[in-house]
Amino acid sequence: MNTATEYLRVTDLHAFYGESHILHGMDFSVNRGECVTLRGRNGAGRTTTLKAILGLTGRRTGSVMLNGRQVIGWAPHRIARLGVGYCPEERGIYASLTTEENLMLPPQVASGGMSVEEIYAMFPNLAERRKSQGTRLSGGEQQMLAMARILRSGARLLLLDEISEGLAPVIVQKLGQVIRQLKEKGFTIVLVEQNFRFAAPLADRMYVVEHGSIAVEVGKDELEQKKALLHEYLGV
Amino acid sequence: MNEVFGIPIQAFMGQLMLGLVNGSFYAMLSLGLAVIFGMLNIINFAHGALYMMGAMLAWMGLNYLGLDYWWALLLSPLAVGVLGILIERTMLQWLYQLDHLYGLLLTFGLALVIEGLFLNAYGVSGQPYAIPEVFSGAYNLGFMFLPKYRAWIIVASLTLCFATWFVIERTRRGAYLRAATENPKLTQAFGINVPLMVMLTYGFGVGLAAFAGVLAAPAVQVGPLMGSNLIIVVFAVVVIGGMGSILGSIVTGLGLGLIEGLTKVFYPEASATVVFIIMALVLLVRPAGLFGKER
Repeated sequence: MNTATEYLRVTDLHAFYGESHILHGMDFSVNRGECVTLRGRNGAGRTTTLKAILGLTGRRTGSVMLNGRQVIGWAPHRIARLGVGYCPEERGIYASLTTEENLMLPPQVASGGMSVEEIYAMFPNLAERRKSQGTRLSGGEQQMLAMARILRSGARLLLLDEISEGLAPVIVQKLGQVIRQLKEKGFTIVLVEQNFRFAAPLADRMYVVEHGSIAVEVGKDELEQKKALLHEYLGV
Repeated sequence: MNEVFGIPIQAFMGQLMLGLVNGSFYAMLSLGLAVIFGMLNIINFAHGALYMMGAMLAWMGLNYLGLDYWWALLLSPLAVGVLGILIERTMLQWLYQLDHLYGLLLTFGLALVIEGLFLNAYGVSGQPYAIPEVFSGAYNLGFMFLPKYRAWIIVASLTLCFATWFVIERTRRGAYLRAATENPKLTQAFGINVPLMVMLTYGFGVGLAAFAGVLAAPAVQVGPLMGSNLIIVVFAVVVIGGMGSILGSIVTGLGLGLIEGLTKVFYPEASATVVFIIMALVLLVRPAGLFGKER
């Protein structure tokens, strides 16, 4: 692995919520333009890993290198301004904002974000419903909105948490297309995903998280060979 | 047509106008409380003391430094706003994760300290503050005389309240504020400096209270206890309107001022308690307040 292309490197990351110790020394890295999935059982610490990268957990220790910078002691808004877009598991659509206000909320963190026209071309439903209250959208539309709003800001690293969860197959398919388009555009993506059939074709590499640390790393070409191991960890 | 329900129209309109003036103060103060509660999750019991401080600073500015009303209207809210920012940075910011009770107790303590300092220096009695030259006299509206200064209070307060509402509900900055009120962590994760916004919000909220204090100075006696007399009613207004609703706090403030004024006309004995009676009724029917959302 070439360090020059490394975009995110997490080393010995520990994170806490109050007294509970959730991450026990996470170690992994993501290269520029790569799509990496974090897999694992519920409660293994995948969501917490994304939050800890952004500084949204309680206390955290260890190292998070983002594009060559150590951000472990930084406040979340400063980390986001280095070009990190976050799509939370609960989607985080604001009820007090319209669809368009939701979309326009994240401030520009870098140049090269997608234009509003491009975004509306990608997600036509959002254009139609731009004046609706954000939480009046359907589940699928809300997920589109949660994705769309981090594409505008110029963020280059996308942290996507369970984006296919609870959505109809056609919408999951649409999201798959979107992720492929984003990869072509050179976005770096960390995908936390339960849905193996959704994630497997998209991912360049896969990490299995277990008890708050990385248990196994699986490259795209190693899937067959490590199938037994994956089965053991995930029961797939 | 000289009487309304057997009451001279002059007296009726006069009380209505007075109600609207009081309502203007309720609106400004409860608006500040609502914005602060939304962002900081803190029930700011120091609000009345900072309103008083706004008026006292205006009086002190005039008597010690020769700064007239207009300077006071500008500088006093700024000074109180800066004090608010200091309070937020040094004390309040440590309480956001805790129960409301802690913020309430701390700000209540602050209110007592601020009031105590002014009581110690100036005693309980009020000081007069002259109405600025331009506003002396009254407009003859035909059916009543409207003192110019009262008209100014209503205009200034409504303008400020609706400007605040507009900024929060209709602009991009306001969208940041609404987002940060609803989900501060996620909003910060989008790159918005939420701690800074929280600090400025508190500064703005208490600055608004000080502005109300300066507006009130020529209309009432300026004294260390003017805040605590008013703030209890304002809290009732906030409870009726519902915590955290911008428009709700403005409308409720004005509406209750009017209701109070009308009560003075029809049943003066109840005028001091009518707001609390309404509060009790609203709490029975809608515990989250008229405009509030259940949490």
